[in-house]
Amino acid sequence: MTGQAQAGRPNKLLRNLNAKIASIPMILTALVIFVGGTFWTVFYSFTNSKLLPRLSFVGIEQYERLWAAPRWVTAIENLALYGILSLIFSLVIGFVLAALMDQKIRFENTFRTIFLYPFALSFIVTGLVWQWVLNPDFGVQSVVRSLGWTSFTFNPLYTPEIVIYGILIAALWQGTGLVMCLMLAGLRGIDEDIWKAARVDGIPMWKTYLLIVIPMMRPVFITTIVIIASGIVKVYDLVVAQTSGGPGISSEVPAKYVYDYMFQAQNLGQGFAASTMMLVTVAIIIVPWAYLEFGGGRKRG
Amino acid sequence: MANIGTLNTTAAGIDAVAPKLGEGPSGPKPRPALSPRNIMLYGTLGVAALYYLLPLYVMVVTSLKGMPEIRLGNIFSPPMEITFEPWVKAWAEACTGLNCDGLSRGFWNSVRITVPSVIISIAIASVNGYALANWRFKGSELFFSILIIGAFIPYQVMIYPIVIILREIGIYGTLSGLVIVHSIFGMPILTLLFRNYFVSLPEELFKAARVDGAGFWQIFLKIMMPMSLPIFVVAMILQVTGIWNDFLFGVVFTRPDTYPMTVQLNNIVNSVQGVKEYNVNMAATILTGLVPLIVYFVSGRLFVRGIAAGAVKG
Repeated sequence: MTGQAQAGRPNKLLRNLNAKIASIPMILTALVIFVGGTFWTVFYSFTNSKLLPRLSFVGIEQYERLWAAPRWVTAIENLALYGILSLIFSLVIGFVLAALMDQKIRFENTFRTIFLYPFALSFIVTGLVWQWVLNPDFGVQSVVRSLGWTSFTFNPLYTPEIVIYGILIAALWQGTGLVMCLMLAGLRGIDEDIWKAARVDGIPMWKTYLLIVIPMMRPVFITTIVIIASGIVKVYDLVVAQTSGGPGISSEVPAKYVYDYMFQAQNLGQGFAASTMMLVTVAIIIVPWAYLEFGGGRKRG
Repeated sequence: MANIGTLNTTAAGIDAVAPKLGEGPSGPKPRPALSPRNIMLYGTLGVAALYYLLPLYVMVVTSLKGMPEIRLGNIFSPPMEITFEPWVKAWAEACTGLNCDGLSRGFWNSVRITVPSVIISIAIASVNGYALANWRFKGSELFFSILIIGAFIPYQVMIYPIVIILREIGIYGTLSGLVIVHSIFGMPILTLLFRNYFVSLPEELFKAARVDGAGFWQIFLKIMMPMSLPIFVVAMILQVTGIWNDFLFGVVFTRPDTYPMTVQLNNIVNSVQGVKEYNVNMAATILTGLVPLIVYFVSGRLFVRGIAAGAVKG
């Protein structure tokens, strides 16, 4: 079957023929979908395609329109705020939980199961649950009011200024379990001797974490940050389920903007331009990381 | 595990009840159960656990109440009268648009999407990974690199070209179209997973099989596959939960009668017309989350391995 090793030097193309046949789906996906699709979208973002893609170029007009649109600017602001906060909070909460879990505690498995189960749920389910918990008429606000604080107001999903924090709460609920797991794995990878040495030197525990352990966990942190960050840029389902972008446009995010313009407003050019901007954002995150990880000629441990 | 010793001494240092133990050379010291450190530790973990469990509790409790009770009480109070009617309604009667057959249709759509997608994507990716690990050819690493980098590109960038391709083939809006999309986007992570696993298998095994005259497929089916059962299970968990939970592809590539469960759920709950039946909504939400939750609880540590592997590591 292999069709090689016979007849001295067979045709170069036929070498490893089966492997090449087996790789056709991968090659097609890589070239047609990932490379082709991306270039196609970027290319058509310079046209004024409306309902159907068409080749009438308008230069960077779509991008000018995009950045002049209050909705897009809101989406970007939301993404920036949501991104920074969710990055910080999921790292801090995830690390603290992992550090606590690493203290040789009882019921470790139970706690881990509890912290991680939301991650198994979809963003749609997460969004709908938190929409219910944060419901002002029945949820947290009404419960606290019924306890006597009648003027208590906690109504994030219906208050434009703080709606993004309502989404953040749900996102952290869903995602911190994963961060905790990654951090825990990182902590378990630290040599016991480090702890002993730190103890002999009389360094307090929090200092050992801050000055020795966390710097040693740099690769874990970088991986985690890249995972969280690429998830942040894609955030879509959660917003759709929790607020549908409302109230008004106050919880709009780029991924939703793209979807709405491509499939609902029938303004493909805007959708393509917006998705190209998303691509640029991801590139800004990924390129430095790839450089740190693979480039620079540095050896990794 | 790395720091038992350290922590025990710290604990003893803080805890005034057990100073007499001193610094002993043999074995870990017994820890007092109610040290301030333990109270802090378990207290914090307990509060955190409460935050993670509360939404699940609220979901279940709400889904078991009748509407009058919901309007009266708060979301945390347990149901006075347990009713399963919301569950029945969510499954069989809730309306999305014109259809009023509940989530059941979405459920079966999701099953018909998930099963073939999982099988196809794992079949393709395992063979890909095997070819990349054992039968490298010129350019194979390049395609693989493109694939992995592609995993970071936001889906939104590639969605429209795929719509066009599927429309040209004539399967836009069908379940098969969505199956293809899931197989494509499952490929980077799964291929990476399988490649790394096959690379870790002893090379002698592969060489011996080749010397014995086994070919590409024979080695794969008779040697590699039986040895890789664990990684197949991990890949399966990753894909089942991932595809079941997908929303974006579902909403883009299907039509109302082929909507997967997540899309249907969102439409039921976020529909603007009619009275909001919170109990039915929560029952529907639980029903949709049930499949991945079962996978999670049954697979235990393998789930963690799966997501850790899926968490794209270079």
